[in-house]
Amino acid sequence: MAMTITEKILAAHAGRESVSPGDLIEVNVDMAMANDVTAPLAIETFRKIGMSSVFNRDKVALVADHFVPNKDISSAQQVKVMREFAREQDITHYYESGDVGIEHVILPEKGLALPGQIIIGADSHTCTYGALGAFSTGVGSTDLGAVMATGEIWLKVPSAIRIEYSGTLRPHVSGKDLILYTIGLIGVEGGLYATLEFAGEVIQALPMTQRFTMANMAIEAGGKNGIIEPDDITRAYIKGKSPSQALFFKSDPDARYEREITVSVGEIEPQVAFPHSPANVRPVSEAAHVAVDQVFIGSCTNGWLEDLRDAASVLKGKRTARGVRLIVIPGSPLIYKQAIGEGIIDTFLDAGAVIGPPCCGPCLGGHMGILAAGERAVSTTNRNFVGRMGHPESEVYLSNPVVAAATAVLGRIGSPDEL
Amino acid sequence: MNRIEGRIWKFGDDVDTDLIIPAQFLNVSEAKELAKNCFSHLRPEFAGAVREGDILVAGRNFGCGSSREHAPLAIKTAGIGVVIAESFARIFYRNAFNIGLPLLESAEAARAASDGDRGVVDIVTGTIELPDAGQTFSAQPIPDFMRTLIGAGGLVEYVRKKKVGSGRL
Repeated sequence: MAMTITEKILAAHAGRESVSPGDLIEVNVDMAMANDVTAPLAIETFRKIGMSSVFNRDKVALVADHFVPNKDISSAQQVKVMREFAREQDITHYYESGDVGIEHVILPEKGLALPGQIIIGADSHTCTYGALGAFSTGVGSTDLGAVMATGEIWLKVPSAIRIEYSGTLRPHVSGKDLILYTIGLIGVEGGLYATLEFAGEVIQALPMTQRFTMANMAIEAGGKNGIIEPDDITRAYIKGKSPSQALFFKSDPDARYEREITVSVGEIEPQVAFPHSPANVRPVSEAAHVAVDQVFIGSCTNGWLEDLRDAASVLKGKRTARGVRLIVIPGSPLIYKQAIGEGIIDTFLDAGAVIGPPCCGPCLGGHMGILAAGERAVSTTNRNFVGRMGHPESEVYLSNPVVAAATAVLGRIGSPDEL
Repeated sequence: MNRIEGRIWKFGDDVDTDLIIPAQFLNVSEAKELAKNCFSHLRPEFAGAVREGDILVAGRNFGCGSSREHAPLAIKTAGIGVVIAESFARIFYRNAFNIGLPLLESAEAARAASDGDRGVVDIVTGTIELPDAGQTFSAQPIPDFMRTLIGAGGLVEYVRKKKVGSGRL
C-alpha cells in the first residue's frame, strides 16, 4: 500500500505492514523529552503510574532550558524536581547549566533525534525534528509521563498535506519566510491534526538549519508533525553524531494526501507576522512604518549558528538604533562557542547587543527580556500571541534573523537592503 | 458526573494556551495556583467568579499554541466542567482528556451560546441544552478511545490497568 513518509515511520514503530489516516495505533518511542516547565508534572504522572524505573534511561532527555539560569525561587524548585528525578533514575541525557541549550537545538546537535525515529516531547515545538525525516510531535505532561513509564504512546495516524516549493528564493528569504508565508496561506488551523510535508526543489536545496526552522513552526498551523524527506544534506548533518541507526524513509509517489499545495517562491519577500497571530503575515516592505523597542534573535526557531552568522553579517560595523534593545541568545553552548570563534559575538557586542546564555529566553515571556505595556519587539521566534513576550498590551512581530538585525539598526522594521 | 449545569463563559476563536495561562505563571505546577491565574490577561475576573460546574464555550481552534498541560489543568481546577468549542487544537485535546476534562465539539452550540447564559450538558450523550436561548444541540460524539480513557479515569489509570494486565507492574 502506498504510504507517506510519516505513515511509514508510524507503521514501522507499531509493528504493522501499513497504517492509514485515522487508525489508532500504539507505537514504540525512540526518545522522550521534557523541560523544566513540563517535566515536574510528567514526573508526577510517572509516580502515579507506579513503575519504579523509566522504560530506558538512554531514551529519556530532560532539558532545563525554559526559566534558567533559575529566574526565581519557584523556577529553582521546578528544576530541582527534575534534577533529583534525573539522578534517581540515572538519566543519561540530563542537561542543565553549562551543558544546556534549547531542547530542540541540542537534541539534533547531540544526535538524539535521527531520521526514521519517533521522538515525543512535552513541548509543542518538538515537531522540529521532522526536519531530519523523523516523526516527532509535542504532547502534554501526562502523555510524556506515561511514555517515560512505558516507552509507548497511542497516536491517531494523521492525514497529510503536501506543500511543494518551487522556483528561486529572493535575497534575504530563508526557511523562516517560507514557513511564515505558508502559515499565512493556510491559517493557524490550516494543518489541524495533520502532517505538513514540505517538499520540492527549494526544500531539497535548503540547508539543515532552515529545514529545522520550517518543521519547528508546523504547530503554528495546528499540525501534528512537520516532515521533510531525509537526503544527502540530512546524511551530512547527522554524520558522526550517533551510533544509533538512522532509517531513511521516503513518501511513495502515489501516497495519498488530504491536500496538495504548490508554492512558487520567486515572488516571496521576507515575511513579517504582525500581532497577534503567526498567520497575520505581510511582506517586509509593508511593515516599514513599525518602530520597535526591542529585537530578539534566538530561540528554537532561529537560534542556530547559521542564523547568528546571517544576523551578524548585517550588523557588521553597525550600531543598533538609539533606544532599541538587541538581545541575542545562541541556541546551545556549542553554537555559542563557535560564534565566539568566528567573531560573531564580537560583532553583536560591537553593535550594542546583550548576549544571553543558551536558553529559551524572552520567547515565552518568562525571562530575560520581557516587554512592558505598549512596547513592540521584532523577534525571530515562533509565536506572537497576546502577552507572549510580556505585558498583554505589548506587541510581537515575527521575522527572520536578517530582517531582525536590520530592524535593530533602523529602529523600525526593515530589510538589510535599506542599510 | 455526566450531567453538568452552570453559567456559560463565552470566548472567541484561536484562544491560545498563553491566554489560558500566561507563561509567567508556569514557574509552579500546583493546580490551584495555576487556576488563580487562568485567563488573567484576557478576562481577569474569570478566576474569581467562575463556579464549579460552569461551562466554557469557545470558537475555532481552542487551546492552540504551547503543549502546556497547565492550560486544561487550570481550566478544570478553576471549576469548569466541560468545554464546548467549534474545534480544538490537537495537543490541548489530548491533554484535556488525559487529565479528565471533557471536551465537546459543536459549532452550532458554540455559536448559539451567549456569555452569562445557563447551559445544561450531558457529556455522555453530547446533548447541550441552552434554556435561555430555548435551543438544544447534539455535539459530535466523543471518540471511542477517549470514552475508554474517561471510563478508566484518565490516562494514568488506563496505563496502570494495561500494565497490571500485562504483568509489568
